[in-house]
Amino acid sequence: MSTTTFTSAESAASLGAKARLGPHLISAQKGIPAQTGIWVAVSAIAMSFAALTSALVVREGSGSDWQRFALPRILYLDTLIILASSYTLELSRKSFAAAFALARQPSDSAESGPARSEFTAARSSGLHWLYVTQALGLLFVAGQVLAWRSLAAHGLFLATSPSSSFFYLLTAMHGLHLLGGVLGLLYVGYRLRANARNAHVSLGTAAVYWHFVDLLWVYLLMVIAIRM
Amino acid sequence: MHDAAAQPAVHHHSPPQGFIKKYVFSLDHKVIGLQYYGLALAAVFIGMVLSWLMRLHLGWNNLAIPGLQHLSANGAPGGVMTPEYYLSLMTMHGTIMVFFVLTNAPFAGFGNYFLPIQVGAEDMAFPRFNMMSFWTTFVAFLVLMAAFFVSDGPPISGWTSYATLSSIGKDAGPGEAMGQNLWAVSIALFCIGQLLGSLNFIATTLDLRTKGMTLARMPLSTWAWFITACIGLLAFADLLPACILLILDRTAGTSFFTPAGLVVSDNLQPHSGGSPLLWQHLFWFFGHPEVYIAIVPGFGIISHILPAFTRKPLLGGMRVMIGCMIAIGFLSYMVWGHHMFVSGMNPFSAILFSVPTLIITIPATVATLMWLGSIYGANLRMTSASLFCLGFISVFISGGISGFFLAQPAIDTYLHATYFVVAHFHFVMAVAAIFGIFAGTYFWMPKMIGRMMNETLGKLHFWLTFIGVYCIFMPMHYLGLAGNVRRYAAFTDDYLVRLIPVHQFITIAALLTGAAQLIFLFNLAHARWWGPIAPDNPWEATSLEWSTTSPPPFDNFGGRHLVVHQGPYEYSVEGAAADYVMQTSPDLIKKS
Repeated sequence: MSTTTFTSAESAASLGAKARLGPHLISAQKGIPAQTGIWVAVSAIAMSFAALTSALVVREGSGSDWQRFALPRILYLDTLIILASSYTLELSRKSFAAAFALARQPSDSAESGPARSEFTAARSSGLHWLYVTQALGLLFVAGQVLAWRSLAAHGLFLATSPSSSFFYLLTAMHGLHLLGGVLGLLYVGYRLRANARNAHVSLGTAAVYWHFVDLLWVYLLMVIAIRM
Repeated sequence: MHDAAAQPAVHHHSPPQGFIKKYVFSLDHKVIGLQYYGLALAAVFIGMVLSWLMRLHLGWNNLAIPGLQHLSANGAPGGVMTPEYYLSLMTMHGTIMVFFVLTNAPFAGFGNYFLPIQVGAEDMAFPRFNMMSFWTTFVAFLVLMAAFFVSDGPPISGWTSYATLSSIGKDAGPGEAMGQNLWAVSIALFCIGQLLGSLNFIATTLDLRTKGMTLARMPLSTWAWFITACIGLLAFADLLPACILLILDRTAGTSFFTPAGLVVSDNLQPHSGGSPLLWQHLFWFFGHPEVYIAIVPGFGIISHILPAFTRKPLLGGMRVMIGCMIAIGFLSYMVWGHHMFVSGMNPFSAILFSVPTLIITIPATVATLMWLGSIYGANLRMTSASLFCLGFISVFISGGISGFFLAQPAIDTYLHATYFVVAHFHFVMAVAAIFGIFAGTYFWMPKMIGRMMNETLGKLHFWLTFIGVYCIFMPMHYLGLAGNVRRYAAFTDDYLVRLIPVHQFITIAALLTGAAQLIFLFNLAHARWWGPIAPDNPWEATSLEWSTTSPPPFDNFGGRHLVVHQGPYEYSVEGAAADYVMQTSPDLIKKS
């Protein structure tokens, strides 16, 4: 597991800081807990969905009541939406990386007119892409709800067949994790606007989680498409 | 922001004011560790009283236990428990003990208190998650206890809650309506609490070690908590979805675990095609690692405490012990099927699970030999803590040896679900882990409460407990070999009736051993308020927790940033002023 997944901007910042503060604090800090923590959390969530996948495979084989059904088309549109959200999040990170790079320049030039306005522009563009990401996330969840309604319209409810049980369960659990990601991004946006300490670390951490939830959906779609 | 990366990224919180923030919703890992320990202490006494009630019923079947009818009018009319209520008490005993005692005390309790101190950190990496972790666990405990007070009582399906007994609701018997729901919700909450805790343990160990605290210089107890956190992270991430599936089967009409055409209590169950084996797979994929979640902290605690009393490093070196614990953790995920040899699983897969099960005995044996070899020829300082270390080794060997037999499918077919299994897992998991907790308590309590415990009472407590547990669990091997099935509330068959005197002996031993725990409680309470003030380093030990005051200040080291120069077990060092060298000592040690 990577404990020090700095982006280039972050590593530049930390290396500079370490050079100034001397060797004592370098070894006092092995890695950034939030970054380690998010990878640990991601492993646990991956384990949960692995357990559910194995349950799905066992359950499909254990009875003759596994109903196959056509997937609602909206799922594919939803997949595009969530993939796009990962892209917009990266755009946001790129803007913030530029803003942080400007802020790190020697203080006399940072406070001069052009650099200052450049910084503000990069920062607000970063915030905009962050909002777009959250909006796409919510749009994805709305799309999943439409998919549920489409299934229900075909008479497939939670208890109708094990295939529909797993469909509702997997999408609901994934949706909850995604909503958690939206809340996380709200918090990160608040920290970025407040210029909080380590806000860039929070953004990187949230991005790891967001991309994971994105990949998780692609994986779940494959499982669902193959098995249902 | 520039110096952000160089600052420890814990939330810097100043000492809280006021009772609620200081002792109830505290962010301090030391308070949270004590909260876990206290919860485990309350839970273990409830669990022990439940075992007394069960033992009394097994010894004297028609005995009216005074007052029991007030706990459940239906379950124990006139104080004589029904067979179903026996099962309810057994379920609660197992669930309380495995989850709220054996997981809470050695891992979450001691781990929370000492892991950050032993790596030289001010607190856990995520103090808020840490607080949430405890309070989620606490609510889980309340939800479980609520099962005693719902109309049909606690569930009857055992701590393993095998489907379909657990998945079909009230037709399955008393306790299987609301009681089983509460069980499933409680365990799901418990999983969330443990996941948050494991997250904290891992991030703290990896990221918040002080200067010079390399991985190779971490004490074995910290290694054990770290490895346990890694095991727990995957194990509880598996049990949580399993509980969700169970809750859906019970409340939403799905059929994950309940097969078609099942008629229970003359009612056709409205389910189709589910797989009861699926629950067993999901449960034991958690359940077997859970055994090691209970015992690996014990490995670490014993390996950490023994050198302080043998005054020499562990025989074979700590890297071998770390390797053993990692190997055990890794293998624990490959052996879950050995709980299912007679479940109807494909017989060929039994061999597949049997082989890694036998392989686990290799690291376990290596660890045991390391402890034994460390004691051999050592001038062992006899304290309550070191006695409980010896007791741990003894019961771990006794329980481990029966494991060789149970790991073999052919023998297990006979011994499965007999008292032989009860003896095995109580020795190797329950009593061994409890002895680890006691060793840790006698060793660390001076640090935790700042007062020394009474050694005479401690030794008396050890001998009574040690003899007691052998009197309780040794005879169970013979019961099992004689064919005595477990989970029976009464023994009426001819071949079982003859065994009842053995059960009566066990019951008396259990009552006496339980009563001996009052000595421990008295000792603990007496030490807390009237014990002699503990020095900073009463055992002349070397790790970081002994480099600070007893008890440690709010930030653990009083604003100092410790620098570590030594490994954790530098005892009997040639040329050193004392016979030990603290981890913080900058002296050069000549390695022979």
